[in-house]
Amino acid sequence: MSLLTLAVEAVPKESFATGDVSWLLNNVWLIPTLPALSFLGILFFGKRMPKGGAELGIAAVGAAFLLAILSNVAWMDHRDNYSGPTDAGAAHAEDDHGDEHSEDALGASVVIDGQSEQVELTSSFVEEGGEGGHAAVAVLNERDWFRNGGVDFKVGTLLDGPSVIMLFVVTTISLLVHIYSTDYVAGDRRYTHYFAFLSLFTASMLGYVLSSNILQMIVAWELVGLCSFALIGHWWEEKPNSDAALKAFLTNRVGDIGLLVGMIILFFSAGGTFDIVEINKAVINNEMNQTAVTWAAISLTAAVMSKSGQFVLHTWLPDAMAGPTPVSALIHAATLVVAGVFMIARLYPVFYYGFSIPGSSINGLALIGSITVVFGGLLAFVQTDIKRVLAYSTVSQLGYMVLALGVGAWTAAIFHLFTHAFFKAGLFLGSGSVAHSVHSFDMKQDMGGMRKFMPTTFKTFMICSIALAGVFPTAGFWSKDEILVGTGGLGVGAEKANGNYHLMLIMGLVGAMLTGAYMTRCIYLTFFGEFRGHGTPHESGKRITVPLIILSVFAAGAGLLNLPPGFLAGSASSPTGWQERFGHFVEPSAAYFPAISHSVPSWWLAVVASVMGLIGPAIAYWYYFIKVDNLSKETGESLTELPNGLVANNKLAATGHAFLVNKYYLDHLYNDVIVAAVKGPIAKAAYWINQNVLDEVVDTAGRTSVKAGEAVYKHVDQGLIEGAVNGSGILSSQSGQGLRKLQTGKVQQYAALLFAGATILAGIFIVLI
Amino acid sequence: MMLNQFLLLAAVLFCIGVYGVLTRRNGVLVLMSVELILNAVNINLVAFGAFRDNVQGDVFAIFVIAVAAAEVGVGLAMVLLMYRNRKSTDFTELDMLKG
Repeated sequence: MSLLTLAVEAVPKESFATGDVSWLLNNVWLIPTLPALSFLGILFFGKRMPKGGAELGIAAVGAAFLLAILSNVAWMDHRDNYSGPTDAGAAHAEDDHGDEHSEDALGASVVIDGQSEQVELTSSFVEEGGEGGHAAVAVLNERDWFRNGGVDFKVGTLLDGPSVIMLFVVTTISLLVHIYSTDYVAGDRRYTHYFAFLSLFTASMLGYVLSSNILQMIVAWELVGLCSFALIGHWWEEKPNSDAALKAFLTNRVGDIGLLVGMIILFFSAGGTFDIVEINKAVINNEMNQTAVTWAAISLTAAVMSKSGQFVLHTWLPDAMAGPTPVSALIHAATLVVAGVFMIARLYPVFYYGFSIPGSSINGLALIGSITVVFGGLLAFVQTDIKRVLAYSTVSQLGYMVLALGVGAWTAAIFHLFTHAFFKAGLFLGSGSVAHSVHSFDMKQDMGGMRKFMPTTFKTFMICSIALAGVFPTAGFWSKDEILVGTGGLGVGAEKANGNYHLMLIMGLVGAMLTGAYMTRCIYLTFFGEFRGHGTPHESGKRITVPLIILSVFAAGAGLLNLPPGFLAGSASSPTGWQERFGHFVEPSAAYFPAISHSVPSWWLAVVASVMGLIGPAIAYWYYFIKVDNLSKETGESLTELPNGLVANNKLAATGHAFLVNKYYLDHLYNDVIVAAVKGPIAKAAYWINQNVLDEVVDTAGRTSVKAGEAVYKHVDQGLIEGAVNGSGILSSQSGQGLRKLQTGKVQQYAALLFAGATILAGIFIVLI
Repeated sequence: MMLNQFLLLAAVLFCIGVYGVLTRRNGVLVLMSVELILNAVNINLVAFGAFRDNVQGDVFAIFVIAVAAAEVGVGLAMVLLMYRNRKSTDFTELDMLKG
């Protein structure tokens, strides 16, 4: 029986009244299932299809995209109009129907006992602003996967604000990437496999954001990692590509240890449950040991650092550019790297209380985020590969998200994730469009002056860059401003703020400056000056430019979804209108979500941030567009930097430059120090120990055993055992010699003996009876 | 009826048979002696059957006769082969399994 019919049957049987919940919200499992099925379909039948399986992938992701939009609409309706019964006491209503159903969705047979559980969650916490009349209700659907050792392992979907918005982001980006890829990887030898993995990637990420328990999250997390490995190493024939895939995978394994440790701590300290809602509530209600929560948060932060490319474990991310560009767009915008950020958002109470976010002025999460913002941004300046600029930009922007989560600005982080997905996907796809045309990613060698050849790509790239730099009124401005306000540093948004994170605010402002500057450099090197490559570049086809246009529209306009209160006419508290629509629909105000206080936006910070965000580009503009450009015109060459600039003249600047070119020597640290330490001294020491200690032990043991063996041979074997064996041989030989006389071969003698025996037996018989 | 005569006759026949088996060198005569032993047993069986007034002894005797016929068939065939190979039916010469 399919799960579909099962669910339809199960809902009316519920003894737990749930009110009117849209059918779709109860069946969001369809959304990840579609691409998962398309993965199998492409894998088995893709090569026989006219378009090599791409059409199946696009159809599945397109259907998932439509369902995601419908579920977003349904969620908005549910969020505002739900008036049914809620589960204020937070008790799970379980309704076990005894009948067993088996379901065969993904080829695996899952036995479920028809249990359909739906929990409506509310909180006594009433949102400020007079909209407390509505309960924020998450829709939870869970089914038993298996039971073991008294623990229920469940699969299910937890649908609330963050997951529903992620559905939209992932399916949108994935659909555009699919369409873009049909042109970009056309004619590739593993075209079909490429689309198969693209489908699986999408499916795993969708499954990840819908996970209702941490076990399911771990499975999806690992699936996402696996797909990224396969796609980064798509062109594995070249060594650097397969190396990059391995590096991404292995660096992620380092963090995965943290993930497992953290999840195990959560499982046990929450009283043996995998359920996200249960864990979050346990943390909020102070039922968990504070030390355990802190350690869980620290362990999970390690996982976030590797997955979301936070500083010191970010090194795999730029190398992951070895994959096809659409994959980079997918990885950086919607899937792989935001998995870490999403995990913090999902298990926010663990981090919120584990790191004591409210009321402090510095904590691990915010510190890591703010360092990543600045250091990632600095690295983007010295890259010659356009995709690497964008990769470091992603590192920096992910830093913003982690910073925002670290300072308690939850909504700002998710909003930045949302807007960043569009403009970063747009930038990556744009860089791919350029590279597709010049067959290289090197800005200094093969690009320059591209605006004349590729007007559409240029315009979309510009819009996305402006959005990334956070210029008013593009998407990046609103989301970045919210993060800065959320820090609450230097008296900004002090009213009701979580803490006063002065350092984070400053780092965030510096990051904003850097972002604009490195994007200006990138744009100059790519689109301005004279063309330095070979041949005549041309604009890409429709399948590449249309996704770019769509993304740039989002990049320009997505910020309007979450205007700060008081920005437009109308009262700040009004739930209608444009203020904080995003926060209203996405942020859960439920029992499983901490009562975050919201910072108040400030005008002066917006102005300062905008000015800072323009100073950086202005300096870069002065350097590239005026000085370098003039010099280029004078010399008639297309220069990429001043021949006698700071780096050439100033030792300190040169050192800094070298430091950046070598990526803070982190790769050296990992390869030459850590790996070499393992390979060099440790290996030598191990060899010495092997030779002198272990070998000695082995040799001594060997010699001893030889001697013991000799002794045993002489005395025990030769004397005792040989004697016994020989003795028994001699004995049987002699007895045989004696007895063989009986064996005369004469039949009648045998018969005589037979009769004699029979007679004796008969005599005994007669006498005894 | 008196059982003793029959039992004595059977015992005599049995002893003659055993004597024949143990002393005769000729294979055919050994087989004949075996037949004497079997028939001595048959006499016993029939006698006891008649004495107890049931047919079980008779039935068992008929079985013995049938088995004896088969046994003689096999035995005579062996004696025949022995004769073909050695031109003799002397059992005492068959001592190749002597230890």
